[in-house]
Amino acid sequence: MRTDDLIAALSADIEPARPRAVGRRLALGLGIGAVVSAALMVLWLGVRADLMQAAMTPPFWMKFGYSLSVAALGFGLIDRLARPDGEGGIFGPLIFAPLGFMIAMALYRLFQAPDAQRMAMVMGHSSQVCARNIVVLSIPIFAGLFWSLKQLAPTRLTLAGAVAGTLAGAAGTFIYAFHCNESAAPFVAVWYTLGIAAVGVVGAVFGRVLLRWQ
Amino acid sequence: MVRSLTGDGAAYAELLRKLQGHLRAYFARRIGRAAEAEDLLQETLIAMHTRRATYDPSRPFTAWVYAIARYKLIDHFRRTKRRAEDPLDDPDMLFAASDAEAVEAQLDVERLLHRLPEKTRKLIRDVKIEGLSTAEAAARHAMSESAVKVGVHRGLKSLGAGVGDEE
Repeated sequence: MRTDDLIAALSADIEPARPRAVGRRLALGLGIGAVVSAALMVLWLGVRADLMQAAMTPPFWMKFGYSLSVAALGFGLIDRLARPDGEGGIFGPLIFAPLGFMIAMALYRLFQAPDAQRMAMVMGHSSQVCARNIVVLSIPIFAGLFWSLKQLAPTRLTLAGAVAGTLAGAAGTFIYAFHCNESAAPFVAVWYTLGIAAVGVVGAVFGRVLLRWQ
Repeated sequence: MVRSLTGDGAAYAELLRKLQGHLRAYFARRIGRAAEAEDLLQETLIAMHTRRATYDPSRPFTAWVYAIARYKLIDHFRRTKRRAEDPLDDPDMLFAASDAEAVEAQLDVERLLHRLPEKTRKLIRDVKIEGLSTAEAAARHAMSESAVKVGVHRGLKSLGAGVGDEE
């Protein structure tokens, strides 16, 4: 095909592009994934029975704050990396800020606590399943985000995959927090972080292969 | 591009026509074969078109275009490298095999030569292997030209007999 013909064909078929189409597309994938994940959480794990009482206490909001801030920064980052010329910019280093805050809080609590309680604060009663549950609940969101990214144009595939994974992990963690009734900061700092990071690593590995476009 | 995003087909066609020259030069500089460069140019235009929503009007347009072109170029290298590697596996093997054969043949010749008297061996080596002329060989060994010819002839004859013996 001659290039001139191609240009004629392409320009004959142009519809107005919607503004902020990248953000919309990502939000769609994220949203569908989150709905599936939330349904999975309710059916499989169930919402914690004392949700209403717990909502009055700070640790409850700490968990949501941690996962939501990582998710929000991850969304800002992936919205940039989904474009060919995308640079992380300020969001790159910023995404580690919630983690730093969480670690500081966990250390503060550990220093305050008597020796005997420290191990219990880290291990809680669900450390065996916490990270695993987060990973499972992240899968639908992960799939939704990758579906969105396939229609966009990331050029740094490993990085985009890692960020999409981290965002999926953080969103999955947010949903998991409706079930999980742990309240110690050290537990959250270790096990929630581990779950999010695991999905991030999976995203980096798969991004290189799955996010390629023609 | 901003006008193209609002659906202005004429502006879009003009933009693509202007771009194709730059992109053709970009690919031609990096790929020798003109047909492949043209394919990549077309692929880039199509990718631009199908993914035009990823352009952010607040950012430089050329950076966006060249980011796509660069991705296409890397993708092309990745694909062609994989294709090129297959036929290359074999020549390596072939060269190795033919080297070995030549070395073996040389060893055979050396072994046969050693059966000859020293003088004849030197003559044959000079004339037949190193490629000296009869006159040069004669000068080197202080022999007459005809003596050299006879010596080489006899030597070759007994070499031929030697090959027969080996088998």
